[in-house]
Amino acid sequence: MTFRKYLVLAGVTVCAAIGDSLLSRGMKQIGAISLHHLSTIILCILNPWVALGILFLLGFFASYMTALSWADLTYVLPATSLGYVFLALIARFFLHEQVSPLRWLGIGLISAGVGFVTRGPALTQDPARASPRSEDQVEALPLGDKR
Amino acid sequence: MKHLYTWSAIVAIVIASSAGDVLLSHAMKQVGDVGELWRRTSLPTVAGRILRNPRFLLGIFCMMLAFYSLLFALSWADVSLVGPAAAALTFVANAIAAKIFLHERVDHRRWIAALLVAGGVVLLAG
Repeated sequence: MTFRKYLVLAGVTVCAAIGDSLLSRGMKQIGAISLHHLSTIILCILNPWVALGILFLLGFFASYMTALSWADLTYVLPATSLGYVFLALIARFFLHEQVSPLRWLGIGLISAGVGFVTRGPALTQDPARASPRSEDQVEALPLGDKR
Repeated sequence: MKHLYTWSAIVAIVIASSAGDVLLSHAMKQVGDVGELWRRTSLPTVAGRILRNPRFLLGIFCMMLAFYSLLFALSWADVSLVGPAAAALTFVANAIAAKIFLHERVDHRRWIAALLVAGGVVLLAG
């Protein structure tokens, strides 16, 4: 793992946390969506908070795809879960919300999980298994095929 | 009824998001290390290679379904319930799916990490 790769994982974490917060704020402004008015869910992307949230989630997506190109899914997901800790710390120190002992325990568990996974290898999958030799083989290879 | 809607949306998020993650992870392993490719070629070439991958497109479709399920769930319930519940269940579902479909070596360390993170996320919602 290089410094650049840790930066990519940090990008996944920060963008996801900010993007989710913005989406939540936007959807609370819009209110409950009825199943009889499905067009509302399409139009909600016009809400500025939702739109800004989507922009951050695009940043999240680009860094997430980059991370998945060199690391296992079961490495990237726990490693980037520090976003929850990041959100709780923002709530405590910037928004001055009360963080209960149970939440601090949750933060501890997530940090321990991240510590566990990041001490192991980032990639256990054989990359040759996923890399096709030609475009035709990409089409022919079913998901999870054992070659 | 609202409770049933919320949990149905959470289950939809977990299924769609896990399927999307597995498809995207498989597609990106086929594409190769994006940083290396970018150094050797150019950004449009790398982007073209990713966008031409059928599994990537299918993965995006699944993520889109997960995203809209999330919007539904958020409009029915608080983010403090939907976010952690969907995330915690997705961590466990992804570990199972990655082992079965991606043949990742999900050893004790990774199982413990997935369960610790899932448990931590649930406690954060408390």
